[in-house]
Amino acid sequence: MYPAPFNYHRAGSVAEAISLLSNLGDGVRALAGGQSLLVLLKARFDTVTDLVDLGRIRGLDGIEAGNGEYRIGALATHARLARSPVAEAIPIFQDAANGIADNQVRSRGTIGGNVSSGDPSCDWPTLLIALDAQVHCEGPDGKRAVPVNEFVEDLYLTVLGDGEIVTGISFPAPEKGAAGAYVGFKRCAPAYPTTSVGVQLTMDGDDCKDVRVSLGSSGLTPIHATGAEAELRGKLLTDDVIVRAADAAVAESDPIDDQRGTPEFKQLLINTLVKRGIGVARRRCAGEQVEVSHEYY
Amino acid sequence: MSTTETAAQDIPKVAVEITVNGQSYRREVEPRTLLVQFIREELRLTGTHIGCDTTYCGACTILLDGEPVKSCTMLAAQADGGEVLTVEGLEKDGELHPLQTAFSEHHGLQCGYCTPGMLMSSLALLQNNASPTEKQIRKGIQGNLCRCTGYHNIFKAIEAAAAEMRED
Repeated sequence: MYPAPFNYHRAGSVAEAISLLSNLGDGVRALAGGQSLLVLLKARFDTVTDLVDLGRIRGLDGIEAGNGEYRIGALATHARLARSPVAEAIPIFQDAANGIADNQVRSRGTIGGNVSSGDPSCDWPTLLIALDAQVHCEGPDGKRAVPVNEFVEDLYLTVLGDGEIVTGISFPAPEKGAAGAYVGFKRCAPAYPTTSVGVQLTMDGDDCKDVRVSLGSSGLTPIHATGAEAELRGKLLTDDVIVRAADAAVAESDPIDDQRGTPEFKQLLINTLVKRGIGVARRRCAGEQVEVSHEYY
Repeated sequence: MSTTETAAQDIPKVAVEITVNGQSYRREVEPRTLLVQFIREELRLTGTHIGCDTTYCGACTILLDGEPVKSCTMLAAQADGGEVLTVEGLEKDGELHPLQTAFSEHHGLQCGYCTPGMLMSSLALLQNNASPTEKQIRKGIQGNLCRCTGYHNIFKAIEAAAAEMRED
């Protein structure tokens, strides 16, 4: 399958990319790894007049830690992130970096592209909500940082304006002793998750000191499950409390009916995944090594 | 963002230089040329297969600068300056690669359509991990679908090739 014809432009810098994207009309799109965009263009679900390839922009793929935060360049690929010291330090990060699609897609797909696609099935926005991340954007009007849970406004729609691109992601370093889990359920490795759940937990003994819960593929946007968090925060984590949190998360979800499942089926999955995510995060908080990622049928 | 299609002949071509199996090729291509089309149609290296064309099946897997990629989901222009290894590059001086021999000996293929991609993903796995466990082998070929074998003989072939390659 061929995409419809388009002009190809290779941006050498962020400034050049913004200039090209601002001046090539309504049919221009930014290309990073292309693992979502090229699939859409080949299937002719989308047509462009011009593609601006961001892939050669230098200095946009850094993975850095310091001053109490992590900073990741938009062009860092899933594969590099999975092998990075960030993944080693933050288990929830490794879960997603190893769980997104398959090895081949992870070689090419970028964190910036994944976030920019505005697809509620993409893993990074969901995971990054659990880490309270900021999305760094740059456009004709300058730079700005947007909290990731405000970045995706609606299905495939982000806050990015004309000519604006994502340049990076940052998030605060988790407190010592905090840990998380990102668990998803999908048909097979290359498929998008049927549903996914991110949990980032800070424990104080057996009490939940702080928590963030996020849901992917569970509505038209990634969901910050504040209701589930309220059931957990400051509480002794008994089975009853965890059941109430999972029920609250289900109530906050609004999954669509599609080829991956009915809303009822997806809500059963969300319920189970929230409980599983809390369980894994809690064991990791206690220092246990637990390997999880996306599960297949 | 639907727009009127631009006629292909009005589009400036893109110059690319890609090294494939050790040999450098320069071509002027339409911007929409996919890497797999460049390999199959420009270079006539038809060992790399197009299966699903939707980034699912992995039949088109090649190594780009040592990393496995689905060549149907990448523009040739994106691979400009890169080094590609295709299934044709596995054989050296008339000798099959240990993975090819093992797939043959262990009956790791039936129709053979997925095999070029399976071999390239297996190579990427073994280059990073000389002694993979069965679980690691399963994860290593998670992006490659086979509709014939049921995978078991593929796992056996990869294990055997790994052992052979450790001895070499």
